[in-house]
Amino acid sequence: MSEEHAVVAQNVGKVYGTGAAAFTALGDISIAIRKGEFFTLLGPSGCGKTTLLRCIAGFETPTSGAILLSGRDITGVPPNQRPVNTVFQSYALFPHLTVAENVGFGLKMQGKSKAEIDAAVDRVLGLVKLEPFATRLPAQLSGGQQQRVALARALAPEPEVLLLDEPLSALDLKLRKAMQVELKRLQTETGITFIFVTHDQEEALTMSDRIGVMSAGALLQVGSPHEIYEKPVDRFVADFIGETNFLEGEARADGVEIAPGVVLPVTGHAGPVTLAVRPEQLRIGPPGEGLEAEVAEAVYMGTDTHFTLTLAGGPQVVARVQSRAGPEPRVGDKVGVSIDAAAVQVLAE
Amino acid sequence: MIRMRKAFDVTTLPGFTFIAITAFVLLYAPIVTLVIYSFNGGNSVNLWGGFSLKWYAEAAGNEAVQGAAVRSFIIAVSASGIATTVATMAALGTTRRGKFKGQTAIYIMINQPLMVPEIVTAVALLIFFSSIKIATGYTGLGYLIIAHAAFCVPFAYLPIRARLEGMDLTMETAAADLYATPWQTFRYVTLPILMPGVIAGAMLAFVISLDDVIITEFVKSAGQDTLPTYMLGQLRRALTPEVNAISTALLALTVVILTAFFLITRKRD
Amino acid sequence: MSGPGRSKAANGWLLSAPALLLLLVAASGPLLIVAVYSFLEKGDYSGVRWILSGEAWFRVLFERDIFDGTVSLADANLSIFWRSVKLSLATTFITFALGLPTAWFIATRPPKARAVWLFLITIPFWTNLLIRTFAIMEVIRNQGLLNTFLINLGVISEPIQILYTDTAVLIGMAYVYLPLMVLPLFAAIDRFDFKLIEAGYDLYATRWRILRSVVLPIIKPGIVAGCILVFVPSLGAYVTPRVLGGGKNMMIGNFIELQFGQGQNWPLGAALSMVLLVIVMGALLIYTRVSSRDDPHA
Repeated sequence: MSEEHAVVAQNVGKVYGTGAAAFTALGDISIAIRKGEFFTLLGPSGCGKTTLLRCIAGFETPTSGAILLSGRDITGVPPNQRPVNTVFQSYALFPHLTVAENVGFGLKMQGKSKAEIDAAVDRVLGLVKLEPFATRLPAQLSGGQQQRVALARALAPEPEVLLLDEPLSALDLKLRKAMQVELKRLQTETGITFIFVTHDQEEALTMSDRIGVMSAGALLQVGSPHEIYEKPVDRFVADFIGETNFLEGEARADGVEIAPGVVLPVTGHAGPVTLAVRPEQLRIGPPGEGLEAEVAEAVYMGTDTHFTLTLAGGPQVVARVQSRAGPEPRVGDKVGVSIDAAAVQVLAE
Repeated sequence: MIRMRKAFDVTTLPGFTFIAITAFVLLYAPIVTLVIYSFNGGNSVNLWGGFSLKWYAEAAGNEAVQGAAVRSFIIAVSASGIATTVATMAALGTTRRGKFKGQTAIYIMINQPLMVPEIVTAVALLIFFSSIKIATGYTGLGYLIIAHAAFCVPFAYLPIRARLEGMDLTMETAAADLYATPWQTFRYVTLPILMPGVIAGAMLAFVISLDDVIITEFVKSAGQDTLPTYMLGQLRRALTPEVNAISTALLALTVVILTAFFLITRKRD
Repeated sequence: MSGPGRSKAANGWLLSAPALLLLLVAASGPLLIVAVYSFLEKGDYSGVRWILSGEAWFRVLFERDIFDGTVSLADANLSIFWRSVKLSLATTFITFALGLPTAWFIATRPPKARAVWLFLITIPFWTNLLIRTFAIMEVIRNQGLLNTFLINLGVISEPIQILYTDTAVLIGMAYVYLPLMVLPLFAAIDRFDFKLIEAGYDLYATRWRILRSVVLPIIKPGIVAGCILVFVPSLGAYVTPRVLGGGKNMMIGNFIELQFGQGQNWPLGAALSMVLLVIVMGALLIYTRVSSRDDPHA
């Protein structure tokens, strides 16, 4: 695993401080990011995803392990000698330079000729549709435009890898959605490897080829959005990505007993297990179909309605049902809940 | 496997730390030397004759020094009192009421002592006060107090204004809403919040007055030496560690006041 | 509309009135008298005669031979002006060279340590100028710390005469005005967004390029402020050249004083004061121009 991989982290650890005050920001991270991939590091704040990104950029030096770029060990190489560029969360645009000068900065520092710089700046500004703003100062641009300048600036030197540190977090929802599409387009057009850091699971699911889910300095699962969503390896991943019902139970030969006498037909396991079921996988029918339940709460959300259901024997689950015309179950109604065994994920305890 | 690696620190620039440490050493070495020699048992400012407090005793027993110290203190207290009072009023008049006509003129006027070279102000005051001295016959400390009060105004004004600008306007609105008259609002809301700024301003004014040499030198009448002008006068004679002792005492006073100033201004955080 | 506006202004002026009165009496007003005096004839002993005259202004730059009345440039005056400007520029340069790294160092410390370092720079700032001048004098005098140290080290056999030279004045001014350079530079660097340095390194800049292309242009208002804050008092310096220059190595400030003391030419002293004032105001004007142009919110 070297040449076909853009970035490889080998057993990377990062510890701040020493002795009793030591804080482990990164445990023992190993990851291989393929060339031309849109890879997302996803996790809550403080999980170490930004630290890992900064290790790749060269702003942090791992305490242990190595980072390879196209098979070359760059662990000790300073950031200004790595063919890697960053889009900063705060954009970090140079306030005293125009948009064109900001975008051309990296090429100028690399000692490129003026003609080369001008051509590259024109091309990249075209890519992010900012040609009319070339002579403006960053302070004269909107947040969304500044974001694109930051993107253009990082793309202009044609890095092997582009690092994006929560670049969309300062934008409003509508702009963020538009930029998600835009980023994906840019990545496809340029073919550059993107490593994207976010705490927004929806953003991660929308754009990524693969996602690495992190928590407390550890990498929990790496996989396609589909794998991450449908087959979470543990309770944290299942809980962090989307909404999930967790049901504790005892695995028996005929299925998992989640309450006295209530058995879900999930077989092949033994002992105590946790079952994870997405709310949209539950179906509500008339009483008698599937498990017995009573509607405890119904929240109308527009396109769908969330029902909190109390199953016989106590456990509560949330079901998401697409809204439709006609009568819907109301609080206190007795209903039947059916769960497709194939949609149930069994998590190891 | 743990390898020790030098972290890449973006805040480091080549040679900067070395120059900075050198600058601090250069800044403090002369002051420390001056303080050390104030405890010199010998008669010289540069030959060490053993530790002794004799020059402090010498200075304390010197009538000229006593008189200068008392004068310095009277002038500094009166001048900083006057300056702080008028600066507080001016700060209340020039902040939190939006822009008004002539505001810039007031700013320029108040900060004028910071802009005009002190020697020019000193000369101007010499000309002005000498004609008043001739016309009225009054040659007391009043001239020095007024002159000091004037150049202390901007030093008192700036911290008070900073405090006022950081103040939440809605508090006064809330007081008014709770039936307070404008005076009560000022007395029970504005002034208590403003107080750290006022004390800080008064302290700076006091230090500035205490340290002044040039204007005092030009405005004082005969026999009105303050500590700094007394020390300047000593230059014409052979220097003894007495000057070091007086300097060290003034330095200690400045450090004490500054420490108090920092504690007061930082308490708000 | 104009009602509240007018009363706002009226209140503003009313509350400021005592301060303005004080400053008018003991700061701004007397400056006008100086301006007037510069156009009068000098008195026999001291003071002025109330006769309009341009003599004082003429004498700022020229002198007239007592016997044949030929006019020539006043070399003595010019050399004093030149020394003042030269020493002030050199002081500004030295304090900047030392002050930028110092301010940078302070601003990049962790918050607690930064407060301590800042306090250490503030103590000399507020310490009596005369005390600091004495302190540096005791270091550079012939029997002082520096010479003793160099002799004991065997570098020199005879003390170097530094005191009462231009070098002494320069060392002294750089010493006493260094905090004035550090504080505005610190304020500018403290506001500086260090992410911009990361961005610079990320975009292949070397450390020197970072300093030249990112840091210096952005903290320029602080640099201008520091340079003006050092240049202006240097140009008008009185105490430091008097103590360390020993009367011979005068600067404008001492030359002005001389006219009111032994020289007994008040109008010339007044005219010289006006010249100094105009130069200083010019420097301050440049400063306000530069700082307002660089302020993105202006």
